[in-house]
Amino acid sequence: MFRFNSIPGLALVGVFVTCIIAVLTFQRPPVDVVSTGGPGIGMQTLFNPASVNKALGINQAPAILPSIDAGPPAGTVYKNVQVLQNVSTGAFGRLMVSMTQWVAPQQGCGYCHVAGNFASDAKYTKVVARRMLQMTIAVNTTYADHVGNVGVTCYTCHRGNNNPANIWFTGVVPGSGPALAESDMGKNLPAPAINGSSLPSDPYTPFLLNHHNIRISGSTALPTGNTASIKNAEWTYALMMTYSQALGVSCEYCHNSRAFNDWTQSTPQRVRAFYAEAMLRDLNSNYMVPLTPLFPAALKGPSGDVAKINCATCHQGVYIPLYGAKMATHFPPLEGIGTTTASAATPASSMPAGMTMTPPAPATPSNGSSLGTSKP
Amino acid sequence: MAEYQNIFTRVQIRGPAHHGVPVPGGPWVREGKPFFAYLLGQIGNAQVGPFYLGSLGLASLLTGFIAFEIIGLNMWASVGWNPILFVRDLPWLALEPPSPAYGLRVIPPLAQGGWWLIAGFFLTTSLILWFLRVYRRATQLGLGTHTAWAFASAIWLYLCLGFFRPILMGAWGEAPPFGIFPHLDWTVAFSLRCGNLYYDPFHMLSIVFLYGSVLLFAMHAATILAVSRFGGDKEVEQTVDRGTASERAALFWRWTMGFNATMESIHRWAWWFAVLTPLTGGIGILLTGTVVDDWFLWAVKHGVAPHYPAIYGAIADPAKGGK
Repeated sequence: MFRFNSIPGLALVGVFVTCIIAVLTFQRPPVDVVSTGGPGIGMQTLFNPASVNKALGINQAPAILPSIDAGPPAGTVYKNVQVLQNVSTGAFGRLMVSMTQWVAPQQGCGYCHVAGNFASDAKYTKVVARRMLQMTIAVNTTYADHVGNVGVTCYTCHRGNNNPANIWFTGVVPGSGPALAESDMGKNLPAPAINGSSLPSDPYTPFLLNHHNIRISGSTALPTGNTASIKNAEWTYALMMTYSQALGVSCEYCHNSRAFNDWTQSTPQRVRAFYAEAMLRDLNSNYMVPLTPLFPAALKGPSGDVAKINCATCHQGVYIPLYGAKMATHFPPLEGIGTTTASAATPASSMPAGMTMTPPAPATPSNGSSLGTSKP
Repeated sequence: MAEYQNIFTRVQIRGPAHHGVPVPGGPWVREGKPFFAYLLGQIGNAQVGPFYLGSLGLASLLTGFIAFEIIGLNMWASVGWNPILFVRDLPWLALEPPSPAYGLRVIPPLAQGGWWLIAGFFLTTSLILWFLRVYRRATQLGLGTHTAWAFASAIWLYLCLGFFRPILMGAWGEAPPFGIFPHLDWTVAFSLRCGNLYYDPFHMLSIVFLYGSVLLFAMHAATILAVSRFGGDKEVEQTVDRGTASERAALFWRWTMGFNATMESIHRWAWWFAVLTPLTGGIGILLTGTVVDDWFLWAVKHGVAPHYPAIYGAIADPAKGGK
């Protein structure tokens, strides 16, 4: 006869309670399955309606001011207008007010402008804002391969915050620990950015700032010179996990997991992501890094580097930022209309001394020591 | 007649403690005064001890302890010697092999893989010494050496992953780290790098033997427990003197699937399935990266991986001009 007050009985009750606790950590059903491949091959990405509803709530585009396009070009009326020179004063004012709502709703105009002298560049935030304006225009005009006809505005990243919520800083250089024992390997610690795994915690620096090769697969069945190591694969794997986290999707949103590298079995979204990689390298090295000296130390990373951009900066957990709300079309200047032709290049006068447009040299060895090839 | 109709062990034999037959030769004797433990009796024999340490056992424990300490202290160092973080993050911590840039250098800087090599040396020594100990204990008790060779099969897979393949690839960096989650992440990265290990036929074989082992284990254990009411637990005697339990068990399987193992052959099935799991797995590992770079492409080349219709039209690599 089975007795609960025996040791096996207590063990059984313990196992049962543990299972109940484990089950309570699961997501509540139902789960919506979206098939991303042909029938029967299991290319499915899963969505929980509760999570989707939550994401829907926080990923809504804000109210947009009525369109105005009247008045002489802003450059002829205001002083020190460097980017929006040929935009009408009406559209110019509307954009300025919108930018305030998007980036500094609490502080207002004074977050960037000196009261009484709006033309002044005395506040660093104004210089940064000008560069960010150029960046937004560059994204909308030259990276249509990624942003399509949805485009981006300041709000895509900022969402009413002075600093976007999802940014990244460079981590430790692997193997740079000072001690005799192993430390600072850049991995093997819980990494929130990599879904709590032990994978490399900063895959951004090598791939989205510097230009290490993301691809680890060869193109032939037998070895013909593919020197990528398993450690390389760990870095790429970590990067892909950040994509998955940032977009709230599983691998199958882009890949057929039986052959991750095979383009012919991939979805069109993978091609979109490919263009995002080039875009992010450009934005980080040509827009963010040159602004480093402007930011106060409190806004910089542990190694004194500037905040940088990754997928989550815009996507914020959903597969298309703000669920595809076409905000940018309501702001023609953000799509480059009426801006100076040289808007994509930084006017030298606005750059503090010592700043250059060239991407910084990779901080040697900048993860390179761990990204070495298996056959040196 | 013993009654086994329960998920836990019901029978605990309590007699005078059995000290075992004399140990032949050598300076070592069995250590410790035997005693009985009720809890251990719930899952096995209630008698604990005496324990034979021996020179091989002592050397194995010592080298194993050195490896354990090197790994543990490096893990602790990686959280800045913080005891709370050490416990909280333990599943994430690891001792990492050197960067592939160091190749097969002996020995890289301690903090960049040197400790990994030293720990690996001591752990491997410990495992091989334990194999020798199992072998010697078996022969001294007049047994066959099946257990030792089964253990050797596991050591083979361990060496394929951490020693033979890295040497063939020319870099210690190809080996797995010592760590709980990190070695699992490494396993996935290995498969990602080599174009999906599931298409490796020796990996397939290893899975067959692994799942087969589980199936055989369940079939055999269930059969013996089911006929224990007829004395079916005297398996080995029943190899030659079958008796009603053995006959009923055999008839059950002949009725069910037309064929049955015997009291002897089922144990040979079990031993081979268990041994072949790491044996074939190790072969699959050794082939990966050395003679086959991408198992998916290999499977396509040999007609293993089927072709699925492209539902998105022609998607091509944008780096090669695709859109």
